[in-house]
Amino acid sequence: MRHILTSLCIVWACPAGATASPSISQQVAPGIFVRHGACQDATQANRDAIANAGFVIGANAVAVIDPGGSMADGLSLRNAIHQHTRLPIRFVIMTHAHPDHVFGAAAFLPDHPVFVGHWRLPAALATRAAYDRHRLAVSLHTADPGAPVTPTSLVHDTATLDLGGRIITLRAYGIAHSDTDLTVFDASTATLWAGDLLFVGRVPSLDGNLTGWLRALDMLQVVPAARAIPGHGPVTVAWPAGAADERRYLTTLLHDVRADIAKGEDPDHVAAHAAQSERGRWCLFDDYNGHNAIVAFKELQWE
Amino acid sequence: MGMKASASCFGKKEAKKLFSGCRGPLRTAYPFVRFFLQKRTFLFLLPPIAQAHAEETEAARAARWHDVAAAIFHGKHVQNSSLLQLEAPPRALDAALVPVTITADPSARVVALTLVIDDNPAPVAATVHFGPLADPHLLKLRIRVDQYTLVHAVAELQDGSLISTARFIKAAGGCSAPGTTNQQEAMARIGRMRLRVDPPDASGRAQDAELLISHPNFNGMQMDPLTRFYTPARYVQTVRVTQAGQTVFTLDGDISLAQDPAITFAFHPAGNAKLDVEVEDNTKAVFRSHLTLNNPPS
Repeated sequence: MRHILTSLCIVWACPAGATASPSISQQVAPGIFVRHGACQDATQANRDAIANAGFVIGANAVAVIDPGGSMADGLSLRNAIHQHTRLPIRFVIMTHAHPDHVFGAAAFLPDHPVFVGHWRLPAALATRAAYDRHRLAVSLHTADPGAPVTPTSLVHDTATLDLGGRIITLRAYGIAHSDTDLTVFDASTATLWAGDLLFVGRVPSLDGNLTGWLRALDMLQVVPAARAIPGHGPVTVAWPAGAADERRYLTTLLHDVRADIAKGEDPDHVAAHAAQSERGRWCLFDDYNGHNAIVAFKELQWE
Repeated sequence: MGMKASASCFGKKEAKKLFSGCRGPLRTAYPFVRFFLQKRTFLFLLPPIAQAHAEETEAARAARWHDVAAAIFHGKHVQNSSLLQLEAPPRALDAALVPVTITADPSARVVALTLVIDDNPAPVAATVHFGPLADPHLLKLRIRVDQYTLVHAVAELQDGSLISTARFIKAAGGCSAPGTTNQQEAMARIGRMRLRVDPPDASGRAQDAELLISHPNFNGMQMDPLTRFYTPARYVQTVRVTQAGQTVFTLDGDISLAQDPAITFAFHPAGNAKLDVEVEDNTKAVFRSHLTLNNPPS
């Protein structure tokens, strides 16, 4: 049954109902497994398994790429790894500071991995982790929602990690989706882990810089990948075609917010009107679009 | 969640307790409280009505306003009046950037406007004194809102009397929201200004203008990501806008103004001369700009 579900999910990007057990990891390329994240906000039922998370298995070691959204999610991801391999978990890579991507990190402490992140990640976690932890504890109704682990290995531009016969390349970006975005490219399978620089199906959420995000997308689109694993969305999409919707959304937002600023509109007007043509094309649109517009407004009013 | 209000939340000696026990997000405010207790005014010592929002009664809100108004206006009577209108989103999307518009009836001879956020740690967001070039019937500001609160606009009229109007705003967390890249960017361009003036219309009415001032307006409640200390308060204290030596307005601001303070006002331009803006913050840093009216073609 799991195999049937798995293959269905690969083809149809996992409708919400199929993710009742968020620990199911799917092999999307040889040695690359992804646990699909639901298009929901954090709840007790989904354990904050709302972003795609997974792992890459080399000949000598395993790298986790986003350790999950909570302690429970991280533990189930760790179990999933143990079902596939007994190789040591040597690296835990955090694609950025948001809780749905990093709060499972503490579940991997017993493995003593190297925690890897963007050079700005320690500062970002120091700023927000306590606040996020409090909020997550409330959403998940648990005293232990997990915790991120401050990375000790920081990526300033690019870096490579050797998993044994498999070298993955990490790249840090300027302020884009967030100020700590990191991607991972596995050349051997032409697979790109895009983190939250790529949203598919779920409305992108902007916590950084809109023009910077579009610039990061330009850089990503020339990566010679056959497939990408979005931070949110199906477990894989074709690359670079899979970025088309996000680019359209971000470009629309940019255009609309600029136009409203030129007209002297208020931030709340901008929040209510910008990118409304995208409504109906994304899940959770109403939950994030207005906020995105305000973040963009703050940035673009100084152009 | 849902820390309930209790009697111990009232009383100024309870300041620490109040800010650590009444409401989650305010827990971070304690160093700020200390800062204010040492350095600031009586206003801050007023006990905020900090109980769970749903339980707050209209009577409690009225009592809070009574205390706040007495402290700000030295006990002078403030008359609720329909000559004043206050517009704000009932549920603000971003509590750290809530647009508020005050309009006064043309018959009201307004000399100054004060915007008060009753339940903010420092309730007075700003007071604007209008000069001869101003049309004092419009003022728009962007504010931070710490918790669900009444917001009051108070106008001082030429005869010295005070009139007010109020609105309830549902927004919370605007004072202690974690630091963002936005703040770093605001720091990098501190003192930069922009002016947008609407084209004049045929009626010869005053022209609307928006002044945007880049300033982080740190309120002392935000944590620095690297040091994990609270970023010291650094906020715009005065904004003086003049044209050809004549005053449009002077604004006295405080920490409840949003980052990058934006002021929309109306004025009767004295010809095409540029507007002179002088901004001073609480560190005594002064920023000056000489801004063209460059009206976009109508």
